[in-house]
Amino acid sequence: MTTGLLLVQILNGLQFGILLFLVAAGLTLVFGVMDFINLAHGVQYMLGAYLAVTFVALTGSFVLGLVLALAAALVFGLALEFLVFRHLYERDHLDQVLATFGLILLLNQGVKIIWGAAPLSVPVPEFLSGNVALLDGILYPTYRFALIGAGLAVGLLLWFVVDRTRTGMLLRAGASNAPMVSALGVDIRKLFMIVFAFGTMLAGFAGAMAAPILSVEPGMGDTVLILAFVVIVIGGIGSIRGAFVAALIVGLVDTLGRSFMNDLLRLFMSAPSARATGAALSSMLIYLLMAVVLFLRPEGLLPSRGRT
Amino acid sequence: MSTAPALAETVAAPAPRRRGRLLLPILLFGLLALAPLAVSLGMPSGWLALLTRAMIFAIAALSLDLILGVGGLVSFGHAAFLGIGAYVTGIMITEGQAEALLILPVVLGICALFAAITGAICLRTRGVTFIMITLAFGQMVYFLAQALSAYGGDDGLTLYAKSTIAGLDLFSTRTGFFYCVLAALAGCYALVRILVASRFGRILRAARENPVRVSVTGFDVTRIRLVAYVISGMVAGIAGFFLANHTDFVSPAFMSWQRSGELIFMAVLGGVGSLHGAIIGAIAYLIAEDGLSHLTEHWRVIFGPLIILFVLFTRGGIVGMLRKLGGGGGA
Repeated sequence: MTTGLLLVQILNGLQFGILLFLVAAGLTLVFGVMDFINLAHGVQYMLGAYLAVTFVALTGSFVLGLVLALAAALVFGLALEFLVFRHLYERDHLDQVLATFGLILLLNQGVKIIWGAAPLSVPVPEFLSGNVALLDGILYPTYRFALIGAGLAVGLLLWFVVDRTRTGMLLRAGASNAPMVSALGVDIRKLFMIVFAFGTMLAGFAGAMAAPILSVEPGMGDTVLILAFVVIVIGGIGSIRGAFVAALIVGLVDTLGRSFMNDLLRLFMSAPSARATGAALSSMLIYLLMAVVLFLRPEGLLPSRGRT
Repeated sequence: MSTAPALAETVAAPAPRRRGRLLLPILLFGLLALAPLAVSLGMPSGWLALLTRAMIFAIAALSLDLILGVGGLVSFGHAAFLGIGAYVTGIMITEGQAEALLILPVVLGICALFAAITGAICLRTRGVTFIMITLAFGQMVYFLAQALSAYGGDDGLTLYAKSTIAGLDLFSTRTGFFYCVLAALAGCYALVRILVASRFGRILRAARENPVRVSVTGFDVTRIRLVAYVISGMVAGIAGFFLANHTDFVSPAFMSWQRSGELIFMAVLGGVGSLHGAIIGAIAYLIAEDGLSHLTEHWRVIFGPLIILFVLFTRGGIVGMLRKLGGGGGA
């Protein structure tokens, strides 16, 4: 394992972590403020990717397509809020899990009907299609750098909105005591809708940004959803900072584990058994990490303040 | 325990209700036992296989109902136990050991071990975190099965023999297998029902309503929940054993998280916490799935909205509706 390869894999891990953060941030906000467990969040990520496929092909421009896809994802998310989620806020978690599970079945299959089961892709935009030379002449795609940059920018924006604006203040207040915020005269329904719209946009943005580097296919949201759960649990539910730190950790551990576990194990055992164990161990690594974190800190690494 | 009969004598009202509660399960098992007869009288023979499959899932849904309905713990990784049971069975049969009396103890042991370890970690959390963690552990087992390249990996493992019970080849005929599954279902149902009615079950139920009060009363809530979790996992492992024998095939898909979601829906569809509700729910689910998938390959487009409508507009599931009907008729 050379330094160059390590560097590339660390960048891959960061980029994966940023993607996870975008999905997990929306999920943890929705859960933290509304006490609402939204399994359909992963489907909204998938939808963002599919909409990007359609709109980029339609307009011929990546940026324009991205904007249109985001708008469409937002409209769709608000429609879902109006039709389904709104009626579930008062229900227990079991009902929320089931209803959003039903949504996953519907939308995964619906996507198959509309776009077909074959994987689709979005071309990498022209102005980001080059490579950046890292040390000793190793190239790394510009688009992946752009993805990391965009994710960091969104993270910064989120921090600003949540920590420095009035809406963010209400959000934090809502997360620690929603009935009290409502009693103080804030329209909690409107606040919920803003949070929800925000979360949907983030998931859709992540999906659209991932479309050029991942294959766009039905069910792509499910994997991300479960990883986002792991991120939220490790980071502490309702905490954006926790989600950010945990997403980077999960992204790095998963990527580095998959690429270097074999070599690491080969120090102790023969090549075939190292390959078999490595494959099993590297796919289980983040779950083991989660188990260890929970065993030591059941509240997560950085639990949000004010929650009990 | 000694106060319970005395209470039943002083309060006259619950007695007929208790008899009414037994009526539905007896009716249910009676109807199931007659199913092979109905098939020999001219029902399509595919029904027997469908009902067998439904009863296998009923065992799993029943086990889930013990922790979900009675204990109030929403586990989203229950398919893992189903998968572990199926994989242990599949691997042992592939290695030439088809005797159920040897397979079942191993299935039960491994499921208990897995439940004890993951349960000890999961039960440190509650609410939504519990849902997410059970889900994540379920995924962990799923990926482990995918990585088992010696036993098929992602493609799954085809079995070329069925289990025998004490050397007897009971699983080779459809009717024989049907009655074996029915017997297992009845046994598991009786076990879980006795458990729920016992002191242990009452504490478990009380902990669902108010864990703080129960722990202040002097019970170790986490330990009681852990015991329930382990038992539930073992019963689901039995379902896995039968599932492997039913399909002659095991694959990681047995324990995908969608399967866990389906198990939850089965338990809720029937009426959560009522045990026979889980059985009715599982049968209703599989029949609906079978019917819709004959209708169109995109049956999930119909099924998904049905689940949403069911959650939004009904309470208490099928058993709740039956009870309402029965109550209305009786009054």
